[in-house]
Amino acid sequence: MFPNVDWQIMMEQTWETLYMTLVAGVATFVIGLALGLILYITNESLLLKNRPIYVFVSAIVNVFRSIPFIILIILLIPFTLFLLGTMLGSTAALPALIIGAAPFYARMVELALREVDRGVIEAAESMGATKWQIIYKVLIPEALPAIVSGLTVTIVAIVGYTAMAGVVGGGGLGNLAFLEGFQRSQNDVTFVATVLILIIVFVIQFIGDRLVTKIDKRSA
Amino acid sequence: MRAIVVRTIKCARLLKRARFFCCQEGKVLIQLRNVAKWFDTKNGRVQAVDDVSLTIDRGEIFGIIGYSGAGKSTLIRLLNRLESPSSGEIEVAGSELTKLSPKELRGVRKNVSMVFQHFNLLWSRTVAENISFPLELIGVPASERKRRVQELVELVGLAGREDSYPSQLSGGQKQRVGIARALATNPEVLLCDEATSALDPKTTDSILELLVSINKKLGLTIVLITHEMHVIQKICHRVAVMEAGKVVETGQVSDVFQHPEQPITKEFVKQIGAVDDLSLTFEHLKERYPSGQIVKLKFLNETAEQPILSDVLKTHDIGFNIIGGNVTQSQVGALGTLFIQLIGEASEIERAIASIRSQSVEVEVESDVS
Repeated sequence: MFPNVDWQIMMEQTWETLYMTLVAGVATFVIGLALGLILYITNESLLLKNRPIYVFVSAIVNVFRSIPFIILIILLIPFTLFLLGTMLGSTAALPALIIGAAPFYARMVELALREVDRGVIEAAESMGATKWQIIYKVLIPEALPAIVSGLTVTIVAIVGYTAMAGVVGGGGLGNLAFLEGFQRSQNDVTFVATVLILIIVFVIQFIGDRLVTKIDKRSA
Repeated sequence: MRAIVVRTIKCARLLKRARFFCCQEGKVLIQLRNVAKWFDTKNGRVQAVDDVSLTIDRGEIFGIIGYSGAGKSTLIRLLNRLESPSSGEIEVAGSELTKLSPKELRGVRKNVSMVFQHFNLLWSRTVAENISFPLELIGVPASERKRRVQELVELVGLAGREDSYPSQLSGGQKQRVGIARALATNPEVLLCDEATSALDPKTTDSILELLVSINKKLGLTIVLITHEMHVIQKICHRVAVMEAGKVVETGQVSDVFQHPEQPITKEFVKQIGAVDDLSLTFEHLKERYPSGQIVKLKFLNETAEQPILSDVLKTHDIGFNIIGGNVTQSQVGALGTLFIQLIGEASEIERAIASIRSQSVEVEVESDVS
């Protein structure tokens, strides 16, 4: 049915895509959460409002969030070479994926935290909570559904980024679709690779939605 | 029949309560000296609290009443230093709040709990987990927390709902969780920031009763702010009236009710239709005259102007007690409401009620008012 598809390679590249998505996803979660918390905390008078830090972090996040991903990869080539010694393969795509996605996710985390009712933070304060206790016992649990749904959106975006990274030498289904499918006019390879990417996205979205429903206790 | 507002019985009761609680001398728990708080905004300085001096005694329920914007919310938030005063001194349970380090302040806050208008529960936590929250903050071990939560759940009447989430509770139940949470650390002071303002009248009453029972059972000092005079009347021993950041009048609730001095206080006292809130008196009367029949009479316009009651009482062999009543103006004219207790033979009372009814006066038998 798909004469040019080598299923062995197709599976290998699917794993490559999953590998990049997962590793970049985890790193993005950690870095984005930290950045998002910094953004929120330094902009909230109830916590540690600090205008200079906020403006600084905010500017960095905005810059990296605004650079189109394809250009970001190119800009990061020297950095990647310095870090990993190579520009090719899935691991080489990771720095760009993380640097591209983490600021995006940081804004989502900031938004999620801002949705937490200030009254609840004040209540915790009135009970003698420390700032740190407010962060990990109030802010994060209360914002968790939005933090998770933001992560779902971000990981889906990362899947898209991996495909772009593939074009400039990263591994995975994007690379396969571009080199084997597009450049060699093997449309069936492009088609199958696309379907596989879609399946990955659907599965991620499904898991994310289920998780959010499970942890969201706001509605009865 | 016009404006017969007999509050004697009620006032006597209030006075008795007030005396009972306020006579532990020298037990000042909260003291404010010349406290002011202003906010500098884009539109200039806003003076929220203006030179307020107050003392609140241990074990009393102290009410602060004022319209929105009077500064009462800021004032109560000064008492646990959610706001810092711009000037003046605030002493709570022996600690001068303005001189505390952050760590000392956190310690004081465990002793001065707050209940909020919008409950401010953590919706990601169950009832039990919400109540246990302040205990977690101070590192109480899990088994001890569990025991304490169970006590509190029972105290506030939420047994069986421990594992519900706040979103599954009614407003009144949420506030019960808020109160239980506030009591978890065994505080000496409970601050209620409009704790009943988001609740319907019936739920408000049940929460107020809970506060009174906590005050009695635990000897807790309660400071509450409200814009509803009936909250003050129902549970407070002393009241401070606030207007434009200043405390314009303070005193025993009974005194303030009988002799309001400031115009604003008079307005608040006027809010109270004596008729709406006589449950305490009913109970009292029922105790004293178990045979008596409490009835509510409703007069409209001309019936309000005729001596119907006195005619009926002349022709029937019964006595009566006036409990309370009032006349309000409505779209359809003057509406009179009168609560009386009829005392005498049951059959005679029945006949009297029938003949009052025949005069097109509405009669509701109030024996089962609770």
